[in-house]
Amino acid sequence: MTALTPVEVEALRLSLKVGLWSVALSLPVAVPIAVLLARREFPGKQLLNGVVYLPLILPPVATGYLLLLLFGRRGPAGAWLEEHLGLVLAFRWTGAAVAAAVMGFPLMVRAIRLSVEAIDRRVEVAAATLGASRPWIFASVTLPLALPGIIAGTILSFARGVGEFGATITFVSNIPGETRTLPIAIHAFLQTPGGEAAALRLTALAIVLSLAAIVASEMLARRLQRRLHGA
Amino acid sequence: MKLDVDVARKLGAFRIDAQLSCEGGLLALFGPSGAGKTSLVNLIAGLLRPDRGRVAIDADVLFDSKFGIDVPVHRRRIGYVFQEPRLLPHLSVRHNLLYGRWFCPASARYTRFAEIVELLGIAPLLKRRPALLSGGEKQRVAIGRALLASPRVLLMDEPLTSLDAARKEEIYPYVERLRYEAKVPIVYVSHSIEDVMRLATTVAFIENGRITACGPVDDVLSRPDPSHPRPAAGAVFDAVVVGHDEEFALSALAFPGGELRVPRLDLPKGSAIRVRIPARDVVLAIAPPVGLSTLNVFRGEITELTAGEGAIAEARIRLEGAYLLAHVTRKSIAALDLAPGREVFALVKSIAFDSRSVGGRRTEFIRPAPAG
Repeated sequence: MTALTPVEVEALRLSLKVGLWSVALSLPVAVPIAVLLARREFPGKQLLNGVVYLPLILPPVATGYLLLLLFGRRGPAGAWLEEHLGLVLAFRWTGAAVAAAVMGFPLMVRAIRLSVEAIDRRVEVAAATLGASRPWIFASVTLPLALPGIIAGTILSFARGVGEFGATITFVSNIPGETRTLPIAIHAFLQTPGGEAAALRLTALAIVLSLAAIVASEMLARRLQRRLHGA
Repeated sequence: MKLDVDVARKLGAFRIDAQLSCEGGLLALFGPSGAGKTSLVNLIAGLLRPDRGRVAIDADVLFDSKFGIDVPVHRRRIGYVFQEPRLLPHLSVRHNLLYGRWFCPASARYTRFAEIVELLGIAPLLKRRPALLSGGEKQRVAIGRALLASPRVLLMDEPLTSLDAARKEEIYPYVERLRYEAKVPIVYVSHSIEDVMRLATTVAFIENGRITACGPVDDVLSRPDPSHPRPAAGAVFDAVVVGHDEEFALSALAFPGGELRVPRLDLPKGSAIRVRIPARDVVLAIAPPVGLSTLNVFRGEITELTAGEGAIAEARIRLEGAYLLAHVTRKSIAALDLAPGREVFALVKSIAFDSRSVGGRRTEFIRPAPAG
């Protein structure tokens, strides 16, 4: 194994970029939905729950196809985005980020929801008696106490996004430098005669990346647990 | 500051309908488990919404069903110390203490950080996280946190029940100091007569969601119960150590009804002490007793006699300047022809006392004086 080739560097950089943007997109949506599912009873809760988990169960290709229908240049959402924001998703890295965000969303919501459910609500009541309004309690008590779950969910979803293949290739195809992320590059090399060595190197890279994400998530979680529950 | 409460609320089959008013000092809300103590306190704090009624601090109405006023919890400025400490686990002790201060307008702040930290003896804990504190330490921080929000009323819901005896002893002195040093009324929920006797200036009995008696501690505790005799009934006085008899190792205590002699107390003359004489340890005689070893005998007059269906009745005896409470059997009442207005001699078998309730020095909390 020698230094990374430009193709590998490009695939790695693109994967990281797509992964980071995917969590940046999904986090602001996942937190309120997780809190809603953890704390509130409302009509249609089971439906929302089902929709959130759908990408986890649906074949990724089907998810990718749905994204294409919805966010393609002629799709309702895609046309609107292009007209009003000048944003094109189909066959662009931005689309890869959206696909990764959708695929990682259930994992993120689940991790956050579990940690919100574990919060002792009596502590929030105590904060109210001390003068904190609901938004303040959310910002100064609920969010910090849910932080371990938020971080775990983010890392999990990031790792899922980096490794996302089926929905991505369906939605944004395989365009070198634009949408050819690590798993798509591996697949491409396997389709090329004599590409196995390159595929193997990229696979090793993927292993390193995944391990790093898991170790980082474990370390962060432990540090937070120590802070909350003592040594 | 004066707290006025008149609230009703139905909770399933249970109904709370209570009126009370508290101005300074410590009001003990005393009653058995399930009497509605915590619910009443939650109604005051705004954690539970009354079906009907009114809650006000001075002229500031916090709840009034007639006018549709319901100030949300976080704007009531009512401090609440819960049974469990409920500290914010992600913040250090210092930031827990300062949490409520943020929300209190600067002009309304009357507690100072350094003073409260000193009062509760929590300076060494400031940098620690709640998870690393003992139960007693946590509860002290919870009290400090409530005070530093500069509340207009402080509610304490059995803050000592989750603690063992040693931890309780650790907290008592702080609550006692609070009673004198906090400028606000304290409503203190308890089902322990020791707590009431030791801490309260006024006491309200609550049973089945209703306040059955309310008034100064010595008055209410020595009043016979109209429904049935309570095992915890007894008379409470503030007394002063007036002298020591070194030869027989006795101390003399002056109280409004006369002088009590108890085993030598390790207290200087002039020490204030709170004394309780349990009703079950008072014996009545219709003639001056002769040939008894009892040291403490008081001449008095029966003012009230309350008998129910059971064997035991409660008698209230007026001494010169105080009342005693005695448990006597209905059989004795018949045999001795006891009735209101009858002159009797009350023989006191035991005395419980507690100097720390007033002074702050070390003695045993309860040390019954032997028969004589």
